[in-house]
Amino acid sequence: MNALLLRIVSSRLFWPVVMLLVLVAINVIAFPGFLTITVKDGHLFGSVIDILRNGAPTLIIAVGMTLVIATRGIDLSVGAVAAISGAVACSILLGSSDPGSFGTVAVAVVVALLIALVLGVWNGFLVSVIGIQPIIATLILMTAGRGVAMLITEGQILTVDSAPFKALGSGFWFGLPVAVVIGAGIFALAALLTRRTALGMLIESVGINPEASRQAGVRARGLLFTVYTFCALSAGIAGLILTANQTAADANNTGLFIELDAILAVVIGGTSLAGGRYSLAGTLIGALVIQTLVTTVYTVGIPPIITMVFKAAVVTAVCLLQSPATNAAFARMRQRVAARSARVKEAAAS
Amino acid sequence: MTSTLERPTTGAPAGRSGIRSPRRPLDRVRDLLTSPKSGPVLVTAVLFVAVFVAGGIRYKGFFSGQVFLNLFVDNSYLIVLAVGMTFVILTGGIDLSVGAVVALSTMIAASLLQTGWSPGAVIPLILVLTSVLGLLVGLMIHIFKVQPFIATLAAMFLARGLCYVISKDSISITEPAFVALAVTRIPLGGGLSITPSVVIALVVVVVAVWVLGFTRFGRTVYAIGGSEQSGMLMGLPVARTKVIVYVVSGFCSGLAGVLFSFYTLSGYPLTAIGTELDAIAAVVIGGTLLTGGYGFVLGSVLGVLVLGVIQTIITFEGTLSSWWTKIFIGALLLVFIILQKVLTARRR
Repeated sequence: MNALLLRIVSSRLFWPVVMLLVLVAINVIAFPGFLTITVKDGHLFGSVIDILRNGAPTLIIAVGMTLVIATRGIDLSVGAVAAISGAVACSILLGSSDPGSFGTVAVAVVVALLIALVLGVWNGFLVSVIGIQPIIATLILMTAGRGVAMLITEGQILTVDSAPFKALGSGFWFGLPVAVVIGAGIFALAALLTRRTALGMLIESVGINPEASRQAGVRARGLLFTVYTFCALSAGIAGLILTANQTAADANNTGLFIELDAILAVVIGGTSLAGGRYSLAGTLIGALVIQTLVTTVYTVGIPPIITMVFKAAVVTAVCLLQSPATNAAFARMRQRVAARSARVKEAAAS
Repeated sequence: MTSTLERPTTGAPAGRSGIRSPRRPLDRVRDLLTSPKSGPVLVTAVLFVAVFVAGGIRYKGFFSGQVFLNLFVDNSYLIVLAVGMTFVILTGGIDLSVGAVVALSTMIAASLLQTGWSPGAVIPLILVLTSVLGLLVGLMIHIFKVQPFIATLAAMFLARGLCYVISKDSISITEPAFVALAVTRIPLGGGLSITPSVVIALVVVVVAVWVLGFTRFGRTVYAIGGSEQSGMLMGLPVARTKVIVYVVSGFCSGLAGVLFSFYTLSGYPLTAIGTELDAIAAVVIGGTLLTGGYGFVLGSVLGVLVLGVIQTIITFEGTLSSWWTKIFIGALLLVFIILQKVLTARRR
């Protein structure tokens, strides 16, 4: 019994899951209807669905970020890439004669994602070919990217009126919000590609030691290109969802701080920023923790603007609980428990 | 210019010395330019002069002493921030919380002054609070081995959130003594003048140059950036120094917040968003390696001046929009990082 308990406690997902359950419990107490999901016009509605929908952009970016962080990198430019992708899509829609047609929206989405792809290749180039530290390489695009997004929107907030585009943010597929379906799709794709093939292991090997894995025959450069491109692409998709949700492209505020939320989700999920080991399931839980926290702040009636203080508290708590110092304390406790049960057994035997 | 920049080189302890007995003057120049220590700083100095001269040729009234002094007047808070950030980055860390702490300081200043506190009490209080915040961050990084990126991110969320706890609207500062201090101009003769903020910023710079170049603490900072493990094996007080570096950054952020509130005479929760990146950019442009171990405070000051002169040119141009500033700064960052890469690669 004790052994099982200890195994659960020492699992990497233990503290994030506890955090999530605590938040859900607070919600259920404050708002008894929290877990109810109702069906209206064939669509699912409820607080849980809202959490999933609002958390989808962060989750999508966090999935890309997880793979980047697994290679011991980081991508600060995702917020700027999201803003650029939204700006591109909106300016194409505004420039077309028929923004409401499905074809126009498809063109806008494809062009926006292609540009995100190019930006990802750029980040990958700086990191893997030039060899700049990831945090700085992506800082460049983070700084310049919002400028580029403003250049595209000419400093305006572009409001679009296009039903198919709007559906990306607030529509429903199979009874679920479109954003949730896209998020689930990207999550499943990343999980399948990296966990059902050797790709995940190769990514982790680059994160542990790029030089050693190169000598072992791993194409580290190509892998770095892949993860940064995938991350930028997921940022582009998230940017489209965010923009479609507001039906407006705001170069300054679309995806503001989302890189930090995404990194948080990854870290809360137990992936170390030192690279070499990652958990997509952890990232999923991390993203849910963040979004549930935001919702909880609303439900409990605290001014939503103060959310950041709570985010700080959660980050600190999870980081401290996962830290080596705390782990060592737990290990000591485990030893003490084991020693005591051994003594009890001895006493019973004699 | 060159001689003032070289001075810390002789005092800086880490790594091999950039200036060996030179054989010929040309070799000596090449040695200086390709040294990972002084090269990027010298390149930044040359670039700054070039941009300033180019501005002088292109715009009427640009080439004046006051325009130059205004670089300091407008950026005194950023200079103080960059100084603190230099300490942190020299140890191989990073501090993402500085922008939010600046905003928090302006909020504390504005709200306390509004309720009738005297500036003589408010300013020390802010400096103590932000230093304590830095201390907590440092302890989190050292004891719990949280990565600096995450620990300072948490501090950033906390500080930004506390701003909103204080007020979500802008609070203006009307306290007479504070306002008097803010609007004072110190004449330098010839119609030139600076503000008290500039004097404070320069004092901070001088103290930082002295601490990093000529004290035991400074040598330990460089040693940690070079190799933490070696520092520990040498018996240097690595733990204490690593924590103090974040206290220094917290103190500098608080002071920068005070200078910023002199500049804007208000507190606003959304102020100084992204300033941490300006500070990091200034430090990088100034030639400090992000992995730590190499770099100078004076380089960071030059970095701030380069950012400032770009801003001034964009103001003089008039037709250029604010987004070009961001794109220019990004492009500049790129140029400098690649330059650093090339210079340090040739050495190794």
